[in-house]
Amino acid sequence: MRRSRRLWGPTVVMTSLALVLAACGGGSGSSAGAGETNPDGAVSVYGTEPQNALVPTNINDLGGTKAIQVMFATLVGFKGADAKPFNLMADSITTTDSKVYDIKIKQGWKFHDGTEVKAHNFIDAWNYGAYAPNGQLNTDFFSNIQGYTDVHPADENAKPATDKMSGLVQKGDYEFQVTLDAPFSVFDIKVGYQAFAPLPDAFFKDPKGFEQHPIGNGPMKFVSRTPNQDIKLTRNDDYKGDDKVHFKDLDIKIYSSQETAYQDLLSGRLDFMEALPPSAVAGGKYKNDLGDRLVTGHLLGISTIAVPYYVPGYNNLELRKAISMAIDRAQITKTVMNDTYVPADGYISQGIPGYRPGVCQFCKYDPAAAKEAFAKSGFKGKLTIASNADGGRKEPLVAACNSIKNTLGVECDFVPATDFGQWRSIVTGHKLTGMGRSDWSADYPSIEDFLNPIYKTGGSSNDSTYSNPQVDALLEKADATADKDAAVKLYQQAEDLIAKDLPSIPTWDEKGVAAKSKNLKSAALDFRRMPDYPSIEVLKK
Amino acid sequence: MTRYVLRRLLQLIPVFFGTTFLIYVLVWAVPGDPFSGKCGQVACPPAYIAQMTEKFHLDDNIFVQYFKYLGSLFTGDWGETFNGTSVGELIATSYPITLRLAVIAVAIEAVIGLTAGVLTGLRGKGFLDNLVLVSTTFLISLPVFVTAIVLQLALGANGLGWIEASVSDNPSVGELIVPGIALGSLSMAYVARLSRTSIAENRRADYVRTAIAKGQPQSRVVLVHLLRNSVIPVLTFLGTDLGALMGGAIVTEGVFNINGLGGLIFRGIQNRESATVVGVVVLLVLVYLLMSLVVDLLYAVLDPRIRYD
Repeated sequence: MRRSRRLWGPTVVMTSLALVLAACGGGSGSSAGAGETNPDGAVSVYGTEPQNALVPTNINDLGGTKAIQVMFATLVGFKGADAKPFNLMADSITTTDSKVYDIKIKQGWKFHDGTEVKAHNFIDAWNYGAYAPNGQLNTDFFSNIQGYTDVHPADENAKPATDKMSGLVQKGDYEFQVTLDAPFSVFDIKVGYQAFAPLPDAFFKDPKGFEQHPIGNGPMKFVSRTPNQDIKLTRNDDYKGDDKVHFKDLDIKIYSSQETAYQDLLSGRLDFMEALPPSAVAGGKYKNDLGDRLVTGHLLGISTIAVPYYVPGYNNLELRKAISMAIDRAQITKTVMNDTYVPADGYISQGIPGYRPGVCQFCKYDPAAAKEAFAKSGFKGKLTIASNADGGRKEPLVAACNSIKNTLGVECDFVPATDFGQWRSIVTGHKLTGMGRSDWSADYPSIEDFLNPIYKTGGSSNDSTYSNPQVDALLEKADATADKDAAVKLYQQAEDLIAKDLPSIPTWDEKGVAAKSKNLKSAALDFRRMPDYPSIEVLKK
Repeated sequence: MTRYVLRRLLQLIPVFFGTTFLIYVLVWAVPGDPFSGKCGQVACPPAYIAQMTEKFHLDDNIFVQYFKYLGSLFTGDWGETFNGTSVGELIATSYPITLRLAVIAVAIEAVIGLTAGVLTGLRGKGFLDNLVLVSTTFLISLPVFVTAIVLQLALGANGLGWIEASVSDNPSVGELIVPGIALGSLSMAYVARLSRTSIAENRRADYVRTAIAKGQPQSRVVLVHLLRNSVIPVLTFLGTDLGALMGGAIVTEGVFNINGLGGLIFRGIQNRESATVVGVVVLLVLVYLLMSLVVDLLYAVLDPRIRYD
């Protein structure tokens, strides 16, 4: 989920060629719009090989999430462009102190194997995800439930004393209670993340068998999976949720190259792609190619340039201000990114409740003020921005570097890492020697998920090693505030403080540009960069 | 002959161990943490890393890892990918497709390449010779991925609309012809060049003159006497080329989204699936070794003068 874009190293070589060749292929903007829909149609979407077996607690990559997402229904769903949370499997989630949550689930919902979804299915699944020896990828999501350290000791060699978290208590067949370590007001949104999906009893009897044939409780059920080829799903006609799908069969087709998939999309062999290959984005070619088949959305993500505090010379507020004001965001998003991004002006993605325009007062392009701040900073030497260079990451950062160079008259170099893996090991090992790209995609639509992981002292993705006790205190206070609006206000205050410190420089905010084929009447892109399955309608042939 | 075959087979053993060891080390011992990019913008949970480290013996030193891998390989277990898919199964489903593609590519190479070579070799200088010379130079200068992408774009929906950009899950021979051309084009050019030179050289050989002097019909002179002798270097090339084809297949299958062995490596490299990459490359090494053995043995069949003792 957090992996914002797939790595596809070798194709990049070809991409550059395709860029040249792209001029040869003409666009064909056939119109689809009116026309009858086929409720039993088949849809194919672009996919990539899941990085793990299809178990919700162990999937956080785009490829796997694409299948998990529609196979499982969590307590809370997210609707519409602003990803408004609504109770999906939950009948009610209530709390008085943001610490103890009472969760009632709807009755009569069934797993695809016919067994009813009950409270213990949630409790068992969460305990499984948290239990250290199971080695689940999403285990961190359960870490604020009381008793997590008993099932998942901090010392990785220690054997957990128990496999059940004390914070999960079953109150009846359809009711359970969750007690958290500390108050956390966003918990009722967080449980909408896929890792919190219930698992059927069949999973615990035979996990290996389940991996071969996953059983969910969502709008679509598993049919078959051929590694490197496809994942096939079909509609679950017994589904009771509000997010039903309006087609019958789904084929998540796995491609080795985005370029090829894009061509298949243009010819109608593939129905949906959630991202476009760089060759189509270059020069805005996609606008001609797609016409009304272009699908735009708003992703809950933000791109920033982190300025690590541990690099000598960079712990300098005037320097950070100068750099930030020297980047011409509007021009770069328009010319280099061809309108697939918009300039960022704060630390929260636009469209999230709590977003305010212009929070970052130093994010406006202001050459004069930038020069002044730079002179004040007394910085000598060369600036660098590091990032993995694949997947179209390089070009905007090179442009940012040039913008800084031209405005401040200081040397600025882009430092490439070979791939995302190498890049991440540089960042997590704190081996940056200058600035570094720091992109974030939220796991669930909340202002909290943009602040706690990145700017809290010791946060899981705090690449800048930023630490401000006042920010920490405000975030903790917000976490503990049960009243939603009051909590958002506190988070905003924390954001204001962060914007003054400028630990990382907000650059752009991805719009999310997707494409549908002429076979589809409608399709939308959701905030996770997933096809919004309930919105897909197939045209009658 | 038997002794020769035996010796050749024994030679395969150190070559096999040497190459597989190198591959294993190159793929697994690359600097960097294999889990650093697996979990997106955050670090992977230690419990996950611990589990994977144990599963892939990453705690052991590289020699022990290699022998553990080899040990399971000999029991027919090719290992598992990070997402728990059996590499053996992946190979089993993908090799028939690659085989089909390779056969098509070799057939295209052999038929077009040999025909062009024989025709130009016999005629000597002229328009046809120049045409073949220019076109083969052109093909040789293009890397496979260029040929593949150009063909895909020119013949696909954006161009002439003759083919689809991707190939279906279980492709028919018809669907594989264009990828086959892309894959075989480079070697086709070499085959044409090789056979042209070889034919031109042997055309004036004593045994050809004798055959003509004996009053043999032209077709017999060319097909039986001339071609049989001239084809030996070409055959060597075609045999070992099968290994090179696999290398080209990585790109071609990646471009056309073919689920063969090449596509498997292509994705394996993209996703850093070391187990898949090692498994498939080990298999390709075996193919390469066997093909060169077969080619060596075929020499004796084609030219009885060649003795192996």
